[in-house]
Amino acid sequence: MIDSSKGLIEIRDLDYSRGHREIFKGLNISIERGKVTAIMGPSGTGKTTLLRLITRQLVPDHGTILVDGIDIAKLNQRDLYKLRRRFGMLFQNGALLTDINVFENVAFPLREHTRLPNRLIRHVVLTKLHAVGLRGAADMMPAELSGGMARRVALARAMVMDPDILIYDEPFVGLDPISMGVIVRLVRKMNDALGISSILVSHDVQEIATVSDCSYLISDGKVAASGSPDELSNTSSELVRQFMHGMADGPVAFHFAAPNYAEQLLGRDVE
Amino acid sequence: MQQTRSVELGTGLFVLLGMAALFFLTTQTTGSDNFSGDDAYAVTARFENVGSLKDRAPVAMSGVTIGRVTEVRFDPEALDAEVTFVIDSRYDQIPDDSDASILTAGLLGSQYIGLQAGGSEFYLEEGSEIQFTQSAIVIENLISKYLFKNDGDAE
Amino acid sequence: MLRETWYTLIDFVRTFGALQLFFLRLLINSPTIILRRGGLVVKQVYNAGALSLVIIMVCGLFVGGVLGLQGYSNLSKFNAEDSVGTFAAFSLLKELGPVITALLFAGRAGTALASEIGLMKATDQLSAMEMMAINPLRRVLVPRFLGGVISMPFLAAIFSVVGLFGAHIVAVNLLGVDPGAFWQQMQSTLEISDINEGIIKSFVFGVVASLLAVWEGYNAIPTAEGVSRATTRTVVITAIAVLIIDFMITASFI
Repeated sequence: MIDSSKGLIEIRDLDYSRGHREIFKGLNISIERGKVTAIMGPSGTGKTTLLRLITRQLVPDHGTILVDGIDIAKLNQRDLYKLRRRFGMLFQNGALLTDINVFENVAFPLREHTRLPNRLIRHVVLTKLHAVGLRGAADMMPAELSGGMARRVALARAMVMDPDILIYDEPFVGLDPISMGVIVRLVRKMNDALGISSILVSHDVQEIATVSDCSYLISDGKVAASGSPDELSNTSSELVRQFMHGMADGPVAFHFAAPNYAEQLLGRDVE
Repeated sequence: MQQTRSVELGTGLFVLLGMAALFFLTTQTTGSDNFSGDDAYAVTARFENVGSLKDRAPVAMSGVTIGRVTEVRFDPEALDAEVTFVIDSRYDQIPDDSDASILTAGLLGSQYIGLQAGGSEFYLEEGSEIQFTQSAIVIENLISKYLFKNDGDAE
Repeated sequence: MLRETWYTLIDFVRTFGALQLFFLRLLINSPTIILRRGGLVVKQVYNAGALSLVIIMVCGLFVGGVLGLQGYSNLSKFNAEDSVGTFAAFSLLKELGPVITALLFAGRAGTALASEIGLMKATDQLSAMEMMAINPLRRVLVPRFLGGVISMPFLAAIFSVVGLFGAHIVAVNLLGVDPGAFWQQMQSTLEISDINEGIIKSFVFGVVASLLAVWEGYNAIPTAEGVSRATTRTVVITAIAVLIIDFMITASFI
């Protein structure tokens, strides 16, 4: 029934603007089943917005988003929630519920959606916590966790309903190298061991190069380049090179648009 | 689990305290002479002048409240005031020739209906009309009567 | 200038309409939450009600005490100090009980609700629930709204009773009013409808205060500044709304 030749998620001709600012203009992305797909771009290109569009927390102005061939804009709330159960999402800061402990956070989706007996919930939750290496932290409160640990708990929570698609929003931001390494390994491990598809939004080029199968670089509301990490770093495009190698000036100018420097200093434009 | 228990305990205590407070307010701060319409019967009486008698004013016999006024209205045909009041059905042996007068509690208090027992063998019942009534004393009338006493005599 | 005023007016009407729709959504979702997730509501009754008890009781005691003092000193000019019980009961049951409770509730529970919900929004907890296919309106907002609505009449009643005892302590125990006269006068003047008025008021205030707190939190701009603004607005708007509605209910009862 499911046409496996097509991408799992197809984004076609997507337009989206917030206020007067156009964020996406004619965006086309295809995310393949069973792969880790990275979406990269300079800050402020709307990477997080894209994730919210894919999960229909936002609705595009124009264009379609197909998940398994279903146009998500046409779903009613019931079907949308059914679809969302197939997603697991890891928010930038974890987004753990602050009034309950780690164990209950991971158990939360199970308690809300199923009527499993406590013993079974305990079993499932401890398994997932073990997978992210935090079985020992089950009784801690979210406020007591470090950033990396919070993200690992959030990962355990995102996996607890056994989703088909895991979405990571900036999973590497603000982590020390060790925690970062742990998360990178987990992303890859979860994807391959569970046979799921992963979407990763980030601007950490090094980490993405080690973890992703396919990357999209977004700039000016369009896909500027796509391909495997190697293809991207050996590209001829100025923009891609600037981004991949972290150069300060290039197509993305170091200077924000401003009047002529010398003239402004001399006060000629004061009128 | 320990936390859930203390939440439940606190909530239970709070709700019980709230209910006790509501119970206290409804029973202890008002008089207990509140009638529900069910176990009371309605009686009417006509007065030339009701003064400032209002709905819910007490109906008393020998100083004990036995009922309440439910309606005071002007009858445009008979040109007098028709007062309807209910009497607790515990008091179902009030002679039907009792008389009703509008009295004032204290010097400046609110007005109420006082019933004076008659001697009939028949009792008041739902829909009865009291025949003998005495209107409210209006102070202005009293004063003018006193001031113009001579005029009155001359008539 | 005129144009700006016009836009502000349109904006106000639109916000008001959105608030009504939001209220409707809360109401529609309330029955299922009460029936299926009673535990969530109990927890919020604890947060909004049980945790507000101390402030309500302390304030009630002192407001009652002030009524006893004021009532005594003013009524004794007319040799009517026996009516101090009536005076205190009327003030507490019909006005001060519901109104002060609602204002204290806005300060204690309303701000807690607004900032809690605002912070949940700012830290993506509400979005995370959305992504777990859990409707945050039902899971987070409805129980908090119901907790406030259930708590308020109880809090107001407790406030009034404690206030009456405060007045009793001052008037009877300290100033020497006859206790029999204190209660007797009160009981003969107060009607059940006076108490109903107070209960109706406290119920309406409960709905208004909880609705506004939940609304402000849910619509807070998801930043630290936005949440703190929402918290302040909760108190200000609730106070204004409660006093306006108090006037309307009082007018309709007279």
